[in-house]
Amino acid sequence: MPVDMRTYLGHVELANPITTAAGCAASGAELAQFFDLGRLGAVTTRSITMAPRAGRPTPRMAETPSGLLSAVGLQGPGVDAFLARELPWLAQRNVRTVVSIGGGTVAEYTALARRLTDAPGVTAVEVNLSCPNIEDRGRVFALDGAASAEVVASVRSVMRYDVPVVAKLSPDALDVVAVARACVDGGADALSMINNPLGMSVDTDAMRPALAAVTGGLSGPAIRPLAVRCVWQVHAALPGVPIIGMGGVLTGRDAFEFVLAGACVVAVGTALFHDPYAGLRVVRELEEILAARGFHRLADAVGLAHRPPGATTRHRTDFEESPL
Amino acid sequence: MSKTPVTPVQVTGTVLTTRRVDAYHALTVVAPGIVERFRPGHFVGVAVGGPGTSMLTRRAFSVHDVKPDYGGTVEFVFTAGGPGTTWLAERRARDTLDLVGPLGRPFPLPRDPVTCVLVGGEYGSAMLFAVADALQRRGCRVDFVLGAASADRVFGALRARRMGETTTLTTEDGSLGMRGRVTDVLPGVIADVRADAVYACGPMETLRGVTAVAVEFDIPVQVAVEERMACGIGVCMTCVLPVIGDDGVTRMVRACVEGPVFRGERVRFDDVGTIPFDALGAPGGGTRHAG
Repeated sequence: MPVDMRTYLGHVELANPITTAAGCAASGAELAQFFDLGRLGAVTTRSITMAPRAGRPTPRMAETPSGLLSAVGLQGPGVDAFLARELPWLAQRNVRTVVSIGGGTVAEYTALARRLTDAPGVTAVEVNLSCPNIEDRGRVFALDGAASAEVVASVRSVMRYDVPVVAKLSPDALDVVAVARACVDGGADALSMINNPLGMSVDTDAMRPALAAVTGGLSGPAIRPLAVRCVWQVHAALPGVPIIGMGGVLTGRDAFEFVLAGACVVAVGTALFHDPYAGLRVVRELEEILAARGFHRLADAVGLAHRPPGATTRHRTDFEESPL
Repeated sequence: MSKTPVTPVQVTGTVLTTRRVDAYHALTVVAPGIVERFRPGHFVGVAVGGPGTSMLTRRAFSVHDVKPDYGGTVEFVFTAGGPGTTWLAERRARDTLDLVGPLGRPFPLPRDPVTCVLVGGEYGSAMLFAVADALQRRGCRVDFVLGAASADRVFGALRARRMGETTTLTTEDGSLGMRGRVTDVLPGVIADVRADAVYACGPMETLRGVTAVAVEFDIPVQVAVEERMACGIGVCMTCVLPVIGDDGVTRMVRACVEGPVFRGERVRFDDVGTIPFDALGAPGGGTRHAG
């Protein structure tokens, strides 16, 4: 029996819970060479900024054990080119599109949201809070609940009512639950976690930092336990808030781990660099795992790891095999 | 110049043969699907470490040779340096490899039968033989200039001698051919053969020198860059370099999708590894924050 894979991000229904992670699918067209993007629950864009950005110098990437350290610096075409070319391209193909936005000031995020609010084809807006706040000496928004909440509230106030606003949290925050709570209080309809924690690698041949930017974001399975911990803590504190879980998902098993911890949507990121079909494969594997464990609906598995010890998994009402 | 992109495919290929070529390793993999689509200059992205690997990035290798045998084989050449290429060097016949390809923008070929000098530095010369073959089929005259640090690092000297009208070899230690670099002998070769175009592949420093020589002779030069890539398909944005577009604007473009082949004079070799201040979206031009 097929598993009902539908899930909800706020009130928006997605056909399945797998999306690409921000910044891991470029404009979308690159992956569309391999498969129909519409088969994913959604596609999350790279973080769109007001002006075009050239990003960081190279080297931008260093491979680490089960991980990838990268500092791309939000290279992108800017919101005008995004709205002129990339978003219509996705919209034409009926791809559910989560638009990630990044800015240096609250005003910049707000201006971006204002540009997106009338654009057709925006399924949700994900606020990338891991950007340095120019007005606070470059301190990253996501480290500070109040700064995050201010951005989220401002974006929420200008965004169309039927487009959910998702706040993307950083595991570098001292208390991720506090930042999550602040964002929800600020009007976030959903939360996504985790953005890359900051890491660093030294090239022992050159005896210099491996990345031109010195530090970079660590991604891949190396950070999965960190990500699952964040999802678990936030879901425990705010069980009613939809969570997009991400961090080192390579397989359906990994996605299932996030679902059990409380995520109703799971993003695949670095895995796409290794396997362009990773998103589709994870959808299929997750469905197989759910079916093998007797689930009829994905929704029944969300947050199931939080059930008290000894409690039964509440979905297991298998009438066919029941003696009644 | 081709603008129609080739759709890449992902295949699980079987290793047919492995061989050592002096300082290098060469792997021939049965990879149907890639071969039909291949054009000279294309590269493949190879997953390393097997299932459950801890190495998440694909290794990019330019294709040395394709053959129609066994449904289509692809050969690529590499040095065993880091853990990924060391793993690859340990592959044996009948092992399987996960390949994505063909990737990148191939070499544009001249319409007329002109004289082309093909310049290869280190194992960069591996990709030139497919180019030479395509050029010769169009009636072009092909001359080779191959160079490396030492004799065992000059790839394909024999084959170059067989294919090219002339072949000039250089080594920095003088162990083979002329002592020096390819750029030392290139002006002489271009003048002698009255070259109409230059094709080059190799380390960035070599390409920069080759481009400078070609510009001096005022002949077109096509270079294939070797940038470090994580995905090879254009999603990771790590293999960028500053290239001047048709509109005169410098952009940070991806070596894997917009390249790896560029017109030499369009690549800002002096600024590789930086964001030039006048590049589109450079810091200071617009928003200043980093991400």
